[in-house]
Amino acid sequence: MSSPLSDPRQRIAFFQQWFSDTIPHSKALGLKIIAVRRGFGSMQLDWREELVGNPETGVLAGGPLTALMDSCCGMSVATMLTEPKPFATLDLRIDYVRPATPGKAVIAEAECYRVTHSVAFTRAFAHHGDAKDPIAAAAGTFMLGTKGEVTRPQTIGTEVKP
Amino acid sequence: MSSLANPLMARLAEVRKSGDVAKIAEAIPYARWMRIAPENGTGELLTRMRYHDELVGNTFLPAIHGGTLGAMLEMAAIFHLLWETDTETVPKIVNITVDYLRSARPVDVIACAKVTKQGRRMVNVYAEAWQDDRAKPVATANAHFLIKSDDAPPSL
Repeated sequence: MSSPLSDPRQRIAFFQQWFSDTIPHSKALGLKIIAVRRGFGSMQLDWREELVGNPETGVLAGGPLTALMDSCCGMSVATMLTEPKPFATLDLRIDYVRPATPGKAVIAEAECYRVTHSVAFTRAFAHHGDAKDPIAAAAGTFMLGTKGEVTRPQTIGTEVKP
Repeated sequence: MSSLANPLMARLAEVRKSGDVAKIAEAIPYARWMRIAPENGTGELLTRMRYHDELVGNTFLPAIHGGTLGAMLEMAAIFHLLWETDTETVPKIVNITVDYLRSARPVDVIACAKVTKQGRRMVNVYAEAWQDDRAKPVATANAHFLIKSDDAPPSL
């Protein structure tokens, strides 16, 4: 029997619900899920004046990009879980390759490339639409089986098809 | 370009006269939105992120979003560089590595920063964030900033 999550549009709606709309900070940033499949997630952050770090240039602060990368890497982990497991970011490295262009939306693309019993490994890039011209690169690891309740997204790895 | 042409550096010059460090944050839209500001009431420059509901990343625990902890550690490093060093430009972040040590509860987060190594163009900064108990940090970070470079892109 095919899972409802085998449909890409339903999958995006489902992840939008769980990884942005019900996470207060992601909702405050207005994170939009634009693609999700097994081992991969992509999110968009729209430019807003409130997110600017340098008032002279209008360039986004590092913080919103950090939150975007953390969220996107975390979402890619969820697509890989085959049993319910709460998880949490263990560490996150961000390289700021070049400043984001003021006014432009930032797209993050994260890959979860390895899951072990206790740790999931991810990497991500952020760009303005051309993945070959990155704004930032990230590497994040996530601890699996941390304390807390298991939520619906942490049970769906097997339902998400490539 | 004169460094005072930047509103943030102009603000810093004013703040140095008045001594009210919290005003540095007022020139940064993101710091205002996140309610992140420096304070030096204890004689040590600390950075505080005031708790508000939009910081939450996990409503079940509940816990503050990891991205906001990375963001406030980065701001703590920037405020430290602006206030404690004689940088004449807004420090440009090159990279940051954040270690998450404990889940952060829905209360204020405080951070301190220190320069691990200062070079002519590059500084390495360490920052640490805690909540009620300074001996139990919730997250730490190491970051590199360009402090004097014409070849670097303007970012904060």
